[in-house]
Amino acid sequence: MSALLEVDDLRISARNDDDELTPIVKGVSFTVARGEVVALIGESGSGKTTIALSSLGYTKPGLEFTGGEVRLEGEDVITMESDQLRGLRGQRVAYLAQSAAATFNPALTIGEQVTETCVLHGILTQEQADQRAETLYRALELPDPDRLGKRYPHQVSGGQLQRLMAATALCGKPDLLVLDEPTTALDVTTQIEVLKAFKSVIKQEGAAAIYVTHDLSVVAQIADHIVVLYAGEIQEHGTAEQVVSKPSHDYTRRLMHAVRPPPAAGQGDETSGEHRREAPALEVKDILAGYGRTQGGVPSITVLRDVNVAIERGHSVGIIGESGCGKSTLARVMAGLLPAAQGQVLLDGEELKPALQQRKRDELQKIQFVFQMADTALNPRQRIDHILGRPLEFYLGLKGEEKRRRIGELLQMVELPQEFAGRYPEELSGGQKQRINLARALAASPEVLLCDEVISALDSIVGANVIELLKRLRKQTGVSFVFISHDLSTVASFADEIVVLYAGRVVERGTTDAVLSPPYHPYTRLLISSVPELRVGWLEETMETQEAQAGIDRVVTLTDKGCPFFDRCPLAIEGTCDEETPPVRALTGSHAIECHRSEAEFAH
Amino acid sequence: MSESQQETSPSTQFEELPDAPPKRKVKLSWPGKIGIAVVIFWAIIVAIGPTIAPYHEADILDEELFIVPGSDEMYPDTDFQPPSKIVYLGSDYLGRDTLSRILFGARTTIGISFIATLLAYLLGVTLGIASAVGSRFLDMSLSRVNDALLSIPSIMFALVMIAALGSTIPLLILLTGIIYATSVFRIARSLGQEVMVSDFVEAAKVRGEGLWWVITREILPNIAMPLATDFGLRFVWVILFVSSLSFLGLGVQPPMSDWGSMVKENLPGLVYGSVAPLMPALAIATLTISVNMIVDDISAHSGGKLAKRMIS
Repeated sequence: MSALLEVDDLRISARNDDDELTPIVKGVSFTVARGEVVALIGESGSGKTTIALSSLGYTKPGLEFTGGEVRLEGEDVITMESDQLRGLRGQRVAYLAQSAAATFNPALTIGEQVTETCVLHGILTQEQADQRAETLYRALELPDPDRLGKRYPHQVSGGQLQRLMAATALCGKPDLLVLDEPTTALDVTTQIEVLKAFKSVIKQEGAAAIYVTHDLSVVAQIADHIVVLYAGEIQEHGTAEQVVSKPSHDYTRRLMHAVRPPPAAGQGDETSGEHRREAPALEVKDILAGYGRTQGGVPSITVLRDVNVAIERGHSVGIIGESGCGKSTLARVMAGLLPAAQGQVLLDGEELKPALQQRKRDELQKIQFVFQMADTALNPRQRIDHILGRPLEFYLGLKGEEKRRRIGELLQMVELPQEFAGRYPEELSGGQKQRINLARALAASPEVLLCDEVISALDSIVGANVIELLKRLRKQTGVSFVFISHDLSTVASFADEIVVLYAGRVVERGTTDAVLSPPYHPYTRLLISSVPELRVGWLEETMETQEAQAGIDRVVTLTDKGCPFFDRCPLAIEGTCDEETPPVRALTGSHAIECHRSEAEFAH
Repeated sequence: MSESQQETSPSTQFEELPDAPPKRKVKLSWPGKIGIAVVIFWAIIVAIGPTIAPYHEADILDEELFIVPGSDEMYPDTDFQPPSKIVYLGSDYLGRDTLSRILFGARTTIGISFIATLLAYLLGVTLGIASAVGSRFLDMSLSRVNDALLSIPSIMFALVMIAALGSTIPLLILLTGIIYATSVFRIARSLGQEVMVSDFVEAAKVRGEGLWWVITREILPNIAMPLATDFGLRFVWVILFVSSLSFLGLGVQPPMSDWGSMVKENLPGLVYGSVAPLMPALAIATLTISVNMIVDDISAHSGGKLAKRMIS
């Protein structure tokens, strides 16, 4: 069979200030046959996007081709002139960027944007293109295909936008699709829907695709061949089945190892020792919070309702939910960044003022916030020793030699070399910055650490290392953790207790083992079944389940009455679930589920 | 081949890869280098101009100087003379030496502009940051006052004020400072607001830091670079503004020399092919273009984001 795309000994280098070339891609060769999906997998910096973009004859500014060929049907695209490239891009090779939300123009209708490329290239007339777009909407299982084209990007959900990007790319019937991390920014329940749509449409259209990602379990669902990259070199190359089940290279095995096992009972990092009968380290009671002007104790947009969470001393509580469920808002209420409209925040049994400006310094010291993005949470103009030194000086009054020694200890605690003290944040990698971010919070000697999605922005291997570090720090320091994440497997491997949030309500809570074993709240069941497993064929099996069909890819809506999960729930009772606030059903131990259905009904 | 190497160093294998290539240093292109040379040249002139000037700025040259040996012409014209060994850049409409007046004028023109720009920055940055970190009410009131000032054409505003209070150098500086503080305010406010919502400022607030710390340690260091670049550009506009005021006869008053008024005074000379109005114009052009070339280089380094913001 003739290959559609042949990448032959491709070399790409970056030119620095002194006109020296640093190789980024070091002699990579692979082929993509028609109708085949080839995945490029590796961490950030491995050159996977650079290689994928070369199939469009494009390099990012500052990079240049230094050798090899990229042949599309035998023609070298690297040496093409710009007018030839114009014919190539969007027509024969189409590119799908990572963030659909940033790619769509909010001022134009979806239809105009989906058909723009192929009409511009003169492949189809506007009418033909509109028809073609409609066929694609159907193939991608988008709702209301006849009228979707008239709507605007903000009127559809994130997962739908991501699928619409695929429609845009496929509209001109390209020979090759380049997909750059198309599901990385999505929630698990949305991700599987998008993956399924991509997979079926690629098969249906007979197009070939290059799929760029760092997530091995996603790759296992969609790719025929896998190319594992590290630092611009191919480490392993084989069929998906072969790479996933029998990895032959060390690096692939490390990648596999970093994929957290699917969430299941019995793998939680339970703190040993007796539950001491004293006030929890941090507790929130009956919290109602939101944004906008507050009138009569109710904000104009209410995000959290009736939220009760207690964090026992030395325990770690995982808070899990999809984007928009209010998990970050909860952390901000705890830290005082967003004063709650109603309810209490208790530290060691003592009530705290809602706003942080009114809290005392030693109260602030005991609750430390670790921000999600280490890139933006560290001031780029401050050296690491200043960043770590400030809380030491501010809370503990440390100065001079004592402060320097403590900074050294903190760096050691987060496993970074001492000489990092003299560096600026931009000289560090993503994982190293996150460690500094953690060290800064630890510098205050807190009692509770609020970790807001601390590993979400990191690659799998780096993220796994940070989780290991967190586990060690917990044992070492006895600090209580509030661990917020949208990734159930991460939370399952770290937390003693799990709180499942949905649309601002706690739908289930209990020890990790209790939450991850039946009986489940229907939403927890959906979350658990949506986590991709590292095996070929998982996607097809999952899509058959009842939960998946009822609940996948719906927008989370905030409601002030009834159960917010009503419209996605396979067990919903019309007339009850959408009208009345569900009761909290206490099960064994501290395990509680908020649902109208009885234990026997959802315990199937 | 690489197999054996990897086995020997298992610990260093698969190190975490750096996030991005190291940041590039600001590298000046050749127009930028020329720009810096010209700016340094004018800075030196500001310092030593009057001491190296062949005549005083107010000196009306003696007719005897222009008597050509061997000629019987006793009273030659002294005004609008072409460049010669006596007057290197020619003479002006009263017969004063253009070169001396440019050398003296550098001090007035650049000095006034520089102090006025500093004043504009002092006012604009202080209020802009206050507006960015302060309450909604403060932000609203400061911004509306600023909008009101912006809506008055600057030359008209200056004209009315000078007509009422008389033309003195302190008033000129104050007026220019206030007029240009309005645009500095907008830039400082928008830069400040951007930093204000960043996570590291939030982190400082969660730590319980006071407003003063947040402003001086978290915000100012992060907006200093774009502000400094904007300072260069703003300085150029102030030079042009002061020169245009002088051109209208509202700026620096005779007999003090100033590049703007020199262009105006000598305009009739264009008819006689005199270079007297061109030389001060050239001085203004070299300085302003040079500063722009430097700003361009720095702005290109920041990916053009800076330039976009400064236009607003």
